Amino acid sequence: MIKTDILIIGAGPTGLFAVFEAGLLQLKCHLIDALPQAGGQLAEIYPKKPIYDIPGFPEVMAGELVANLMEQIKPFQPGFTLGQRAETIEKLEDGTFVVTTNEGIQHHAPVVAIAGGLGSFEPRKPLLEGLEGYEDKGVAYMIRDPEIYRDKRVLIAGGGDSALDWSIFLAGVAREVTLVHRRNEFRGALDSVEKVQELKNLGKIRLITPAEVVQVAGKDKLESVLVRRNSDPEEDILVELDAFIPLFGLSPKLGPISNWGLEIEKNAIKVDNTLDYQTNIPGIYAIGDVNTYPGKLKLILCGFHEATLMCQSAYQRIHPEKRYVMKYTTVGGVTGFDGSKKEAPKAVVKAID
Amino acid sequence: MSDIQISITDREGVVHAVEAPTDMNMNLMELVRAYELAPEGTIGVCGGMAMCASCQCYVLTGHALPEKSDEEEAMLSEAFYVKENSRLGCQIALKPELEGLSVALAPES
Repeated sequence: MIKTDILIIGAGPTGLFAVFEAGLLQLKCHLIDALPQAGGQLAEIYPKKPIYDIPGFPEVMAGELVANLMEQIKPFQPGFTLGQRAETIEKLEDGTFVVTTNEGIQHHAPVVAIAGGLGSFEPRKPLLEGLEGYEDKGVAYMIRDPEIYRDKRVLIAGGGDSALDWSIFLAGVAREVTLVHRRNEFRGALDSVEKVQELKNLGKIRLITPAEVVQVAGKDKLESVLVRRNSDPEEDILVELDAFIPLFGLSPKLGPISNWGLEIEKNAIKVDNTLDYQTNIPGIYAIGDVNTYPGKLKLILCGFHEATLMCQSAYQRIHPEKRYVMKYTTVGGVTGFDGSKKEAPKAVVKAID
Repeated sequence: MSDIQISITDREGVVHAVEAPTDMNMNLMELVRAYELAPEGTIGVCGGMAMCASCQCYVLTGHALPEKSDEEEAMLSEAFYVKENSRLGCQIALKPELEGLSVALAPES
């Protein structure tokens, strides 16, 4: 069981900054995120887009902001459970919580801070009859272990970076790789597009465009799909295969958190914004885009503020007997759990003669 | 203030006639959110970057709309329930020439 002071659900900018504010109070944090990397939407949806309203940054790329936050919280040694979704929560008799992920990893903490943004990112599934029946029987929406496709016949559908990158990678692993996309144009990075072109010319990737999979078939497992070219049934191609991997991006869903007994309004968690962003369950806080209160704005900078106040309240909850006064980092410096220490240089006192 | 009238059919099929400002730098996706015609979290997920298709709508009138950008075209090519008249609401700026525009929101996916 993983033990920490504040368990943060969601490793987006708000969750990451909470680690820093908690660290200043000597509280340790662990983060859970359904995505395989930290950064939330910034890393997953728009890493190369600029943000203009982070105080003190006239312009910063979303991916760069995440990298900066990771650097800022490094001294506080946060733990991460990535690629897993927080599934259940249990309140123990002593008022602490155990949060279990979909893969059964348990996390124990006196305070839980939900910084889940719009929810956990779930793959978008194409609308094909019977598709769900073949899940784990030849159909997968994300690739965790490419080795399982060694010497197999694989068909990937999609036109973005992940469809291109996996087609390239699997071309060196699988027996056959077919890439199906609704248009001739792909949306990925230029070098990925060129690489697919090269592999196609070499006969390593079979490209079918503009086309889409219209039917899946198989007895006990997936055995073939029907690919329709130019929206014309006359041009249908039956592709026999072992695996069909539709990669149509991810969409956020609030998911299991909505069953935790929290007050939900408009797909967001109601919190007390007059004090500390605590939910209706004492000890569970909600910060950033996932919460709602009168006048709520879903802005990163608001998430930073909410994370800061949440940490002060969490400190009181964890150490009810201690008195504490907030200290400026310029005055107190930043002392990491890793032994590092950052502080303002001492002023030079020197007489002028 | 130069408001225009726009008709929006929500995902339940209910038609809403709404007034839309043309001087607020707003787009169609934001208009839907401003009138809360789709639940928060189910529309405008990416905030208007043409990167999620949660604001997909069908254009029901013959208004001359701005051309689709490469980004919008690419996103629509990966979205579901796409029809000939599909557009991303976030890419349609509210302008006086859209007076009388009628759209229907595409299903959530």
